[in-house]
Amino acid sequence: MLSLLIFLPVIAAVALMLLPRDQEKNAKYLAALFAAVNLVLSLLMYTGFDSIDLTLQFTERVKWIETSNFTAQYFVGVDGLSATLMLLTGLLFLVATLISWRVELRPREYYAWLMVLETAVMGVFAAQDLILFFLFWELELVPMFLLISIWGTGRKQYSAMKFVLYTLSGSALMLVGFLVIGFAAGTFDMEKLAQSDLANPAISLNAVFFLILAAFAIKLPVIPLHTWLPDAHTDAPTAVSVILAGVLLKMGGYGLIRILVGILPQQFHDYHVYLAALAAASVIYGAILTMRQTDLKRLIAYSSVSHMGYVLLGVAALGEVGLTGAALQMFTHGTITALLFVMVGLVYDRAHTRQISDLSGLAHVMPIAATVFVVAGLASLGLPTMSGFVAELLIFLGSVQAFEAPTIIAVVGILLSAGYILWTVQRVFYGPRNEKWDDLPDTTAWWEQVSMAALVGVIIGVGVYPATIVDVLESGVRRTLGLG
Amino acid sequence: MLDDLDRIGPVLAMAGVAALILIWDFLPRGRPLPAARGKALLVFALVGPALAAGWAYSLLSRDETGFSFANSVVLDDFSLYFWFLFCGIAAAIVLASQEYAKRFGEYEAEFYALVLFATAAMLLLAASRDLILIFIALETTSISQYIMASLLRDERSTEAGIKYLLMGAVASAVILYGMAYLFGLTGTTRLVAPDGEISIATVIADRGDEMRAGLLLASVMLIAGLSFKMAVVPFQMWVPDVYQGSPAPVAAFLSVASKAAAFAVVLRIFYEGLSSEVISDSWVDVFAIVAAVSMTAGNLLAMAQSNVRRLLGYSSIAQAGYIMVGLAAVSAAEGGFSAGASSVLFFMGAYAVTNLAAFIVVIAVSARLGTDEIADYAGLARRSPWLAGALAFALVSLTGIPPTAGFVAKLYIFNAAVESHLVWLVFIAVLNSVASAFYYLRVAGIMFTGEPKSEESLSTTNALKLALMVAVAGILFVGIVPSPLLDAARDAAAVFSQ
Repeated sequence: MLSLLIFLPVIAAVALMLLPRDQEKNAKYLAALFAAVNLVLSLLMYTGFDSIDLTLQFTERVKWIETSNFTAQYFVGVDGLSATLMLLTGLLFLVATLISWRVELRPREYYAWLMVLETAVMGVFAAQDLILFFLFWELELVPMFLLISIWGTGRKQYSAMKFVLYTLSGSALMLVGFLVIGFAAGTFDMEKLAQSDLANPAISLNAVFFLILAAFAIKLPVIPLHTWLPDAHTDAPTAVSVILAGVLLKMGGYGLIRILVGILPQQFHDYHVYLAALAAASVIYGAILTMRQTDLKRLIAYSSVSHMGYVLLGVAALGEVGLTGAALQMFTHGTITALLFVMVGLVYDRAHTRQISDLSGLAHVMPIAATVFVVAGLASLGLPTMSGFVAELLIFLGSVQAFEAPTIIAVVGILLSAGYILWTVQRVFYGPRNEKWDDLPDTTAWWEQVSMAALVGVIIGVGVYPATIVDVLESGVRRTLGLG
Repeated sequence: MLDDLDRIGPVLAMAGVAALILIWDFLPRGRPLPAARGKALLVFALVGPALAAGWAYSLLSRDETGFSFANSVVLDDFSLYFWFLFCGIAAAIVLASQEYAKRFGEYEAEFYALVLFATAAMLLLAASRDLILIFIALETTSISQYIMASLLRDERSTEAGIKYLLMGAVASAVILYGMAYLFGLTGTTRLVAPDGEISIATVIADRGDEMRAGLLLASVMLIAGLSFKMAVVPFQMWVPDVYQGSPAPVAAFLSVASKAAAFAVVLRIFYEGLSSEVISDSWVDVFAIVAAVSMTAGNLLAMAQSNVRRLLGYSSIAQAGYIMVGLAAVSAAEGGFSAGASSVLFFMGAYAVTNLAAFIVVIAVSARLGTDEIADYAGLARRSPWLAGALAFALVSLTGIPPTAGFVAKLYIFNAAVESHLVWLVFIAVLNSVASAFYYLRVAGIMFTGEPKSEESLSTTNALKLALMVAVAGILFVGIVPSPLLDAARDAAAVFSQ
């Protein structure tokens, strides 16, 4: 079941590449079909998940590499955390295929790489062996590199390379950490590692902590390691931005919880105050940078830096409430930012500019798009009854018990984000009507509307009744913290 | 005696076919040379590796092992591992050369014969446990390769040949000096011998302490000289020039087979003959430092290259550096030599398929377009999606990104190093991997996003396609199902744990 969920997209990729050249136009149907099937599979997995049971579920285990000194296994399974993020992955990849409907350049390859990317992301969330985790973590690089450098815009080569080098730097350090842990414990099995006391590591566990932290801090991203993100986002095609903000950043947050909190809790506890300070700085600095942006897409990208700071804050609190909040923030930010990028892509698709100063009064010509953007924006600034509110509330509740000053600083970030969101909405959609844009069509295509409807539905659904997600996430958090 | 010959059968078969090719070429025939000559030579030359591999397989299935020729040659899992590796490499080079070899004109037959001669010497090299035999085999390999490098007989190729020859001669002298020193100290040229007989290993075990300084000097000489063959710092400067100037298939052969042979010798000499703790602590440090410097120098210099063969040359220096990380990974634990050795052997296999795939594409492009400039690879994906895809995949494997052989190979070698507490070296190695992504992926990016100079598609021979397909399939297979190769490498490395 889980393996099918992980590898179905690869099968889709092969099928896409085998599509005859004259059928190239139909690649999107095939891709959307596979993505939809995968979403259904992930929904089945999610609904079949038992949040009372705190063990790994849907596990599959096969020996992969076995030598006297090195054993790695194909071991996948889900707890509440993985299950939720895999559901998010399934949803966002369907959205990504739909909003790519107009991609005309080599569509077969485009969709094939998108599908390979889905496998990599699903694999990261399902892997329960460090080596397998690392494999999927690295697998994401090539599809991302090609998707940005071929189908991107602007300085796409530069941005693609920057993305790869940043990610690789982090993962290279992470690998050293993994190998040291694996050697000390004699296993790479994450479940066993969480129980192991890691006696006699080759280098101190504090050093290992920072090696592994580097990868996740780059991915999340945390300042000052965030500079790859705005470039990658700005130059990536819309669908890739959706995936990047929606799920790839979550790999960082997931790694923080699953691996650092799960396997090195003592070290995490030793440094959590510094991490909280870093988190608060990310929130504020990210928000200030966001305000200064003139490019709509870059603006949303920077807002991610700020919002992922909350995730780090919640994790750093190391309590059940904070961690659950952080996990929920990952899910909600995934849907909200995805929607924002969808809307930016939609505007750019019609107006061919993303400069905020050029756009004005779009609500007059595209009322539906404007409304959806406002919904996403309000969710992003944490309006009650939308999912962002619940997540941030939980994070603050959790972190204020652990450390007051960073929490208070981070709360100020909420004000800033309200500021930049509302200001942006005002400038782009509600400014004076600009005749230049009078002919812009509103959203009419079914694939745009389905994407928007799905994301808005989830955002409001989770905001009104968060228990559907929170209960499952909480079981994952309780398992990670070792609470019965 | 017949037993002895049987045990080196693959060497004889390979050399025999090479000699037959030369004789066949002498037979009188009309001028101009018949068109079918190229195809006939290709098939003829394939018989060599096929026969040798078949013989090796027969030895394997008969469970033949042991010493022969007065203990100077040994047939063990280690020899067999390299025999199969060399046969595979030789076959791939022959298959990929069909079109390119036309440039050798009347020396086409000599090219194939030299490939087989060099390979035969490498087969012998992998099985030698005697310093004299090692030196002879090494020289046979080298001399064949000097000629191969200059076989195009244009300015570049001749320069490459001369440069290779001069540098190689110096390196040989240094190796010979080291060997002589070792002989002077121990009074024997046998690295290891069956129980009770005298060998370098037993002498060092008995009286190692008193000859420590001399052993150190001999080790340094041997490492320095052999680093020419392995293409690592400090004897690496010939690499880019020779790779660029010599015929493309020869560069491919040098980068894979010659390097593997050198590492086989290093493993034999250091892991068997000089494995005593008296001296191993010292050479482990030397290997670690050479590894660090080679990786870093190779990767940094590769970044600035505009010629794909020079780039692959510097990349091969860096890759040899990674392999040396494995050589330095001698752990204090029991069976301390086999963990590092098996990671080296595995890496060698993975590197062979990967670099062959990359070079086969370079051969194809070079044969068709007559250029090796990276700029001319722009838009290759449009002109020949499969060639571009294969090269990109090989580059991804060289970077060490899954799901490729290169990924597992690096993982395994780094793991061995961490277990030997060489975390600092692994640290340098992983940072080097990151740096290497910059130039490997840049080439991949240029092929997929650049504008081609012409839309004309590139055709290649079926033989080349076959070789490329096998190599690419090998990269993928080893990347996903590494166990068969790992098991083979582990068995081969087990000879060092005794």
